[in-house]
Amino acid sequence: MVGIVKYGAGNIFSVMASVKKIKKDCYFIENEDDIEKAEYIILPGVGNFSEGIEFLNKRRLNEKIKEKIKNGVPFLGICLGLQMLFEYSEEGNKEGMKILKGKVVRFKNINLKIPHMGWNSLKILKNNYLLEEIPENPYFYFAHSYYVLPEENDIIYGKTEYGINFSSLIIKENIVGVQFHPEKSGENGLKFIRNFLEKKWLQ
Amino acid sequence: MVAVRIIPCLDVKDGKVVKGVHFENLKIAGDPVENASFYSKEGADEIVFLDISATIEGRKTMVDVVRKVAEVIFIPLTVGGGINSIEDIEKLLSNGADKISINTSAVKNPRIIEEGAKKFGSQCIVVAIDAKKVGEGKWEVYIESGKTPTGMDVIEWAKKIESLGAGEILLTSIDKDGTQDGYDIELTRSVSENVNIPVIASGGAGKLQHLYDAIVFGKANAVLIASLLHFRILTIPQIKSYLKEKGIEVRL
Repeated sequence: MVGIVKYGAGNIFSVMASVKKIKKDCYFIENEDDIEKAEYIILPGVGNFSEGIEFLNKRRLNEKIKEKIKNGVPFLGICLGLQMLFEYSEEGNKEGMKILKGKVVRFKNINLKIPHMGWNSLKILKNNYLLEEIPENPYFYFAHSYYVLPEENDIIYGKTEYGINFSSLIIKENIVGVQFHPEKSGENGLKFIRNFLEKKWLQ
Repeated sequence: MVAVRIIPCLDVKDGKVVKGVHFENLKIAGDPVENASFYSKEGADEIVFLDISATIEGRKTMVDVVRKVAEVIFIPLTVGGGINSIEDIEKLLSNGADKISINTSAVKNPRIIEEGAKKFGSQCIVVAIDAKKVGEGKWEVYIESGKTPTGMDVIEWAKKIESLGAGEILLTSIDKDGTQDGYDIELTRSVSENVNIPVIASGGAGKLQHLYDAIVFGKANAVLIASLLHFRILTIPQIKSYLKEKGIEVRL
């Protein structure tokens, strides 16, 4: 079963619909007890950083997610779900889950509109099975004003250009994080989620 | 670099698409899923649904429309029309809409922008402005489907919207809408240069050159198109290959 963490108020429906579309069973994780049966965890990206973190702390999901990740459960963080893995965010000056080293910062002095909104291409730095059957320099859908600055360079698998080159695909052991929304990225996105739910990328 | 977005707009009344794609098979003509699916396959970067239902019952069906479409179509969906409260926004977002677009209710109660952005994130909140030219380099904000003048200046309102936390502006020229003789370039550029959030140009598209002008001279980040696409005067692949040839980044 694929567990989708339900927090905040936004379009989590599409994450669920995309998992169902590739014929996998899924359910919502709302409390710490819900997490046990999750064979995969998806942390979607909705709302703002401080409210997201507060929700995870309040429901004791923060610790539970860490525990599951430590036990090797494949994890996918989308947009804010990627950002919350880091130590700190400029959005609300809040501490994150501290699973990954680094911080989250706002786009500054780029002379472009913020939010970064629309389809942009992923420049692949290191290949991985997650990108199987997805064309080169694939377009994915982005909608964000903040981006991650990881301290560990070797976990950055893909970058995207918007005034600067920011990290848009992170892989570390059983953790995957994407700044884009695969559930809103048409065929490329569905393939990405399908690949995530096949465990080959872990090997 | 981020691609310029081509966005078809579909009017929905009581759960059915009106004036949608002119399918030969009339049975599916009003089906929101068929219409959205058609444009998604053609390469639409987003889809906007505008609810033009006149009754509360009609409006309630919009949530079902969004849900049905979002179950099968995996590109961003924006819903506008008749959204008056945070509850309305929440209902649409939790049923598969990615963004909501507010117009009249934003003018009457600007706090809805602020609260919406705080609760759901700026990227969810699109504010639509219907603009009518009132003088050289001056436009007035109209509400209630372009029927009621507000006395508000478009540029000032656009800045206010941004400061309240809106993530995007959907800008329609009332003067140009339906004319097919081009977007109001001056209006689009004035708004785009005065805010730092993306601007979607709307109203007046009649040929390929108009889209290019809105993007290059109007500095629009996206273009909204309705009848031109529905009547198959232009197709999305045709628009995108034209823009690409002209050196504009599009998602092919």
